[in-house]
Amino acid sequence: MKARVFVTLKTGVLDPQGKAIHHALEGLGFSGVKDVRAGKLIELDLADGTSPSDIEDMCRKLLANTVIENFRIERLEDA
Amino acid sequence: MNSAVIVFPGSNCDRDVAVALEQVTGRKPNMVWHKESDLPADTDFIALPGGFSYGDYLRSGAMAARSPIMRAVKDAAGRGVPLIGICNGFQVLTEAGLLPGALMRNAALSFVCRPVSLRVENSQSLFTAQYDSGETVVFPVAHHDGNYQADEATLDRLEGQGRVAFRYLEEVNGSARRIAGILNDAGNVLGLMPHPERAVEPAHGGTDGRRLFEGLLETVS
Repeated sequence: MKARVFVTLKTGVLDPQGKAIHHALEGLGFSGVKDVRAGKLIELDLADGTSPSDIEDMCRKLLANTVIENFRIERLEDA
Repeated sequence: MNSAVIVFPGSNCDRDVAVALEQVTGRKPNMVWHKESDLPADTDFIALPGGFSYGDYLRSGAMAARSPIMRAVKDAAGRGVPLIGICNGFQVLTEAGLLPGALMRNAALSFVCRPVSLRVENSQSLFTAQYDSGETVVFPVAHHDGNYQADEATLDRLEGQGRVAFRYLEEVNGSARRIAGILNDAGNVLGLMPHPERAVEPAHGGTDGRRLFEGLLETVS
């Protein structure tokens, strides 16, 4: 079983990396970009039967820092 | 004073802080590898050094905060043993939940490496007893992720309880309210981005950091 964890900065938290990407896009001539936020994608290959709450525990204990980040779990049952 | 310096893979200021501690206390600190599960029994001061533990993988300090020795460090801090986290050590303390908030990428995205002026905001703590409140000191900084952030309520609480120990007198990394170092609720845990251990001997270009360790020695022993 596989799962994907998306870790993103909470709304309102300054994202200097996103800002730099934004500037670089503008430098390349892409003028229609309003904002850029950068996050992380973590792919987990898990033993069958790993419960959703186990994955959520992994996120809270390590994968995301919930002071500044949100996380979203996507389970890919048969992948 | 029996100090312990925790060494993580990628720590690079462990020796600097050990030399500073030995000079001030006259005793060599115990260097404790992160895989240990216990601190030496007589430990009465713990330092988490600067560096790039685990290559800053995932988030700065995130992996180190979950290493085996941190359980013993948390227990000791809970018992009131003084604990300092410098630079990467500060990042480890926030990741371990021993201090509130988080240290994010510097607002200007660049690594900052220079001496900076700080104001001592609280001279009543066991780390700052040898300084005067409002005094200006110069410590070097060397970090990429020193941008201290917390929600407004947390920042207000830190300010209201006198838990902002040091504040930058200049723009350095985008930190909320220019916070450079904070104390925990009980006052025995200090996290700061600047490096007092690199301002201990005249050859360092300044000795403002020395009094932090001297003050500790006086309080602890």
